[in-house]
Amino acid sequence: MSRKVVNATVNGEPVEFLAGGGQSLLDALRDELRLTGSKEGCGTGDCGACSVIVDGRLVCACLMLAPEAEGKRIETIEGLADNGHLHPLQHQFLEHAALQCGFCTPGLLMASKALLDRNPDPTETEVRYWLAGNICRCTGYDKVVRAVMDAAADLRQEKPR
Amino acid sequence: MSDGNQPPANLKVVGTRPIRPDGVDKVTGRAQFGADFHLPGMLTGRIKRSPHAHARIVKIDVSAAEKLPGVKAIVTGAEFDVGAGGDIEAGEHAAAMKDVADNCLANGKVFYKGHAVAAVAATSPEIAAEAVDLIEVAYEVLPHVVDVDAAMAPGAPVLHEDMFTKGVMPKPAKASNVAQKHVMGRGDVAGAFAAADVVVEGRYTTAAVHQGYIEPHACVAAWGADGQSTIWCSSQGQFLVRAMTARILNLPLSDIKVIPAEIGGGFGGKTTVYLEPVALALSRKCGRPVKLVMSREEVFLASGPTSGSSMDIRLAATKDGKLTAAEMTLRYQAGAFAGSPVNLGCMTAFACYDVEHLALVGYDVVSNRPKVAAYRAPGAPMAAFAVECAIDDLARKLNIDPIDLRIRNAVKDGAKTVYGATVRHSAFVETLEAVKAHPHYKAKLGPGQARGVAAGFWFNIGGESSAAVHVDEDGGATVVSSNPDIGGSRASMAMMAAETLGLPIERVRCTVADTTSIGFSGSTGGSRVTFATGMAVVEAAQKVVADLKRRAAQTWECDVAHVDWKDGVATCLDPSKDVKPLSLKALAGKSARTGGPIAAEVSLNAQGAAAGYGVHVCDLEIDPETGRTTILRYTAAQDVGRAIHPAYVEGQLQGGAAQGVGWALNEEYVYNAKGLLDNASFLDYRMPVASDLPMIDTILVEAKPNPRHPYGAKGVGEVPIVPSLAAVANAVSAIVGRRMTSLPLSPAKVLAATRAS
Repeated sequence: MSRKVVNATVNGEPVEFLAGGGQSLLDALRDELRLTGSKEGCGTGDCGACSVIVDGRLVCACLMLAPEAEGKRIETIEGLADNGHLHPLQHQFLEHAALQCGFCTPGLLMASKALLDRNPDPTETEVRYWLAGNICRCTGYDKVVRAVMDAAADLRQEKPR
Repeated sequence: MSDGNQPPANLKVVGTRPIRPDGVDKVTGRAQFGADFHLPGMLTGRIKRSPHAHARIVKIDVSAAEKLPGVKAIVTGAEFDVGAGGDIEAGEHAAAMKDVADNCLANGKVFYKGHAVAAVAATSPEIAAEAVDLIEVAYEVLPHVVDVDAAMAPGAPVLHEDMFTKGVMPKPAKASNVAQKHVMGRGDVAGAFAAADVVVEGRYTTAAVHQGYIEPHACVAAWGADGQSTIWCSSQGQFLVRAMTARILNLPLSDIKVIPAEIGGGFGGKTTVYLEPVALALSRKCGRPVKLVMSREEVFLASGPTSGSSMDIRLAATKDGKLTAAEMTLRYQAGAFAGSPVNLGCMTAFACYDVEHLALVGYDVVSNRPKVAAYRAPGAPMAAFAVECAIDDLARKLNIDPIDLRIRNAVKDGAKTVYGATVRHSAFVETLEAVKAHPHYKAKLGPGQARGVAAGFWFNIGGESSAAVHVDEDGGATVVSSNPDIGGSRASMAMMAAETLGLPIERVRCTVADTTSIGFSGSTGGSRVTFATGMAVVEAAQKVVADLKRRAAQTWECDVAHVDWKDGVATCLDPSKDVKPLSLKALAGKSARTGGPIAAEVSLNAQGAAAGYGVHVCDLEIDPETGRTTILRYTAAQDVGRAIHPAYVEGQLQGGAAQGVGWALNEEYVYNAKGLLDNASFLDYRMPVASDLPMIDTILVEAKPNPRHPYGAKGVGEVPIVPSLAAVANAVSAIVGRRMTSLPLSPAKVLAATRAS
């Protein structure tokens, strides 16, 4: 089976990996690069556990083919903390107990980051609709939404506009 | 142990909200879940599944698949050696091992679409998939039945020729789909109904729903040439996985080590095995580690949903609202094999209420659906749906406030349940009163809006648990838990240890051990971990404190009775000694001179898990154009004993309520005319997402700390799903203007009912 060499940037670092034509970006991240923080909950783009940011856009890594990553800039959960310093989203998820099992958490965090990257001051409704593609079965979303709102406030204080 | 011990006051750690010990791993992607393990030489496994609802397997031909390069092993149910079978205690239920084995790999017949028939291990996922396609299975397709009432009807296709209804005397002459009939009750029901001022009745149905954990089942199994094996897997109980796998493959327990991965949700659905015996059988055949991971479709098709149900209920009451009698028939789908939680449905149905005359009949009914698995308060939500809707009818008929009606009939300590237990340490009345006093219950509704109220009960269990506490040389401590952490239990374990030792929470770490590294424990289920394993943690920490006091006494050459332990410091009470207090850190630092390492392990069988009660209030509105329901406001109140980590207790209430809202409004297993599941995906099986829900307010009622637990804890995880179905349905019914009796209350169903009324 023929595999293609793919060059991309993952969490700021250049990577090179072999990808099969039918392989998803998620499988490449998990199986080739061993970045297992992105999770597969469905493989059909319904649960959002594999959410990553590709060239600034939020995508389900299970719906993107690995060879399509050529030349792309990919952000995964493994790159969210900065040199061991938690991102305000990570910090607020912990403060709010916004995770129970933690399986959907990487996807929720990446989706939330994509939201705050473009909308630093979202309303509760905006948060809820933006995160509607990330299923969490444990929390009922209450603490997740509060954590995202508080992280947004933290980030606004860090970077006044 | 007496019931009179009041849990200690002035706590420093218990009741606070520290960050969980495993938190950073889980927000950085570092936590290792079931599918995240990788071993050198590891093969990919894949399972061949039945395309039919019901069929006899005529022949399985694996010859073409075996010849495919890269295929290393193929197994069928013939590999299993479960012998006479027998049961294994699996928390809230006993698992019949022959059925569990036949569910892992079919034995002669397939009973539902997706039933596993064979499995392969190959050098790549692509080869494994191709090999599965090359396995040829010849089937003789049989008539099928998926509906519970149809499965009970005369002439229904019979799944198991050897199923003769248990609980019926004399033994039936003919096999049927009714595995068991449960009967319980008391008093003179007919007489009470004859004397009643008012009677309400109804027939209710609920659809089968899935636990919906986001992490699909996953494991890696590695057989060793010496016959010793290791399994890494996501489950609710490493010891249960070990026991079931050992029984199915006829291996001694000591030859299997199960290492628990982080678990991505379970809700009861991971208290059994689907993959582990198959993966180990494959590994045994080829000598290489094998990873098996279910797809989401496989999770829906072949792992346990909970029962769909049909129920008939009648209530009798006086005109001032005193319930005098109730009778109820419950018919629960078991799926392909016996074992629905209908007995638990019968036991819990009226557990909230003091009803003198009761008659309950439950039927455990098989049909061509996946074998059910436990789901959060198994059996209780459906029964509570019928009961709480009927009580709502009664409140309307008598024009009594629904909370007042429930207070009027609420069980109090000393009452006898229908299953024989005496009610103790219950705060149901306090929970109802807390809801009544809450601003939500007094808030005005807008036009077109309605409010639903419902209550619920769950037993909570204790049982066998082990834990260890190790004092580190630098004065910190490590807690070793025997239970997978499904929702933050490492935090509560560490907190209870810190409280007992007198250490700040930051100095205590908690780990979850494999089957060789800690004593036996029952599964993470039954809302038991904080109660039972927590009790083991506290007792281990108390032993450590006793040891520390002994060491201080030895150092001071005083009587140990003269050593006081407070806030992690030993103080000498003997006035004749002029000594400085000794901290835990100081004692730990010189442990080698006072008797060696400081540690204790405790194994116990925890008794006295007090039951919990919940009351939910739900405001909603319905779009008259589409029939779509919008939840506007939701409050969940619960009798929690004492909350160890209140934020995670609130999370249980919020998550349980959200699951119940999904069960009430949208979730269902949809079957086509061929008996095949039509909606095995998250797109078509519609669970609540963030935009479907409002904030979920919580009220933690701490009026009755559980005196049987050192810090007053009760189980909290399961109760909160129980009231939610009826809380939603009662509000929907109020808007529609007629009693809505069939879940889910999907937009189409609600629209049709609105137009009809």
